[in-house]
Amino acid sequence: MYEGVVQDLIDELGQLPGVGPKSAQRIAFHLLAADPVDVRRLITALTEVKEKVRFCRTCGNVAEEDQCRICRDTRRDLSVICVVEESKDVVAIEKTREFRGRYHVLGGAISPIEGIGPDDLRVKELMTRLADGSITELILATDPNLEGEATATYLARLVKPMGLRVTRLASGLPVGGDLEYADEVTLGRAFEGRRLLDV
Amino acid sequence: MTSRLVLAAWWGCWVDPIDHNGAVGLYRDEGVVLRTQKLGEADRIITLLTRANGRVRAVGKGVRRTRSKFGSRLEPFTHVDLQIYEGRSLDVVQQAETIASYGDRIVDDYTRYTSGTAMLETAERMTAEEKEPATQHFLLLVGGLRTLADGAHTPSLVLDAFLLRSLAVAGYAASFEDCARCTRPGPHPFFNVAAGGAVCPSCRPPGSVSPARETVQLLAALLTGDWPTADQTESRHRREGSGLVAAYLQWHLERGLRSMPLVERS
Ligand SMILES: [Zn+2]
Ligand SMILES: [Zn+2]
Repeated sequence: MYEGVVQDLIDELGQLPGVGPKSAQRIAFHLLAADPVDVRRLITALTEVKEKVRFCRTCGNVAEEDQCRICRDTRRDLSVICVVEESKDVVAIEKTREFRGRYHVLGGAISPIEGIGPDDLRVKELMTRLADGSITELILATDPNLEGEATATYLARLVKPMGLRVTRLASGLPVGGDLEYADEVTLGRAFEGRRLLDV
Repeated sequence: MTSRLVLAAWWGCWVDPIDHNGAVGLYRDEGVVLRTQKLGEADRIITLLTRANGRVRAVGKGVRRTRSKFGSRLEPFTHVDLQIYEGRSLDVVQQAETIASYGDRIVDDYTRYTSGTAMLETAERMTAEEKEPATQHFLLLVGGLRTLADGAHTPSLVLDAFLLRSLAVAGYAASFEDCARCTRPGPHPFFNVAAGGAVCPSCRPPGSVSPARETVQLLAALLTGDWPTADQTESRHRREGSGLVAAYLQWHLERGLRSMPLVERS
């Protein structure tokens, strides 16, 4: 245990995902030794991200305004929605330049063992977007792992009565991985070869 | 203790043993992946129920990268043959080969998926201590997942059968015929979770319920593996039975299963 503020910092850092007590201690001492200008920049970035960044009212992606950059872009194809788990998946797919429609960010995947069900994700918001009938294709780009597959199965069944084209990214994305780790070529191919889901 | 013969009768199949010799610091076992949790940049902590070592937590290094050679083998519902290195703080999976992958067939059907997840969580909760051998629970889980994936029976019946049998393996077998208190031969019209099942009119504690006779027969069939009887039951008796099983499980676990409210009952 360290004195007051140093221990407070270690405790706070230890709350971050993937940061254990050892790493928290290492980061804390790195910050103590760092140039004050660098630390000031980190503080500004942290403050601004909480002050300026919100979630897009349409798709749930991170946004600096009421709507995100992609939803505001009138050149995008308004008839296709690509469903992803997290905002970082939007970034990964945008890099491929294969997709010109808009997104829907669920905020995670269905994971009953963690107590996360459909009501804990932005599923109702998706249904609202699909209700006016202007969407013709729904691409399910949840992670290529068990929970991502289960989420895709659930959504495909839910939207089935709406009669739109529901597709899933092609395999070639090995099962078990996170979408964000797929390289651009593999992810691009997965988009091109997406298959029709029939449930 | 539940013998392998009883387990075989329950699921209608043998779950054969494999002989594993372990070196110090490195051990080989087989297990079913119960749960995975993200760790750091690209790793996962894999919780497994193994045949010889009970519940084990081990790191799967790099498994979230899409190029990982064994990412798919360390997904929930997979039965794997493993080589694990005993680390100082956490064990590390060194090799994993698939014995059977039930995930594909379970994840294709949302009802199966939610029922299966409740089975995995039950297996985790029933094995409170890490590395305390729990071979009966392991065999029960393998048989249960196989039955669920085969799709021959309604997922919620498979789940309820699994829950009743897990409780039986843990030493809490419910009585569905004789009085759980005085052993007077049944059938009896009352059921009490705290008393351990069916109770006679003279033993009946306050708060006992009186389920339909068919519901109690269904639960007895699920516990003994009488599928022809269980498969023919009506949905109202299945619903009532699921409620009793859930209450019975809740009584024996300190806190409820997180996945239980999310189980889709067909
Ligand atoms: Zn948006
Ligand atoms: Zn009695």
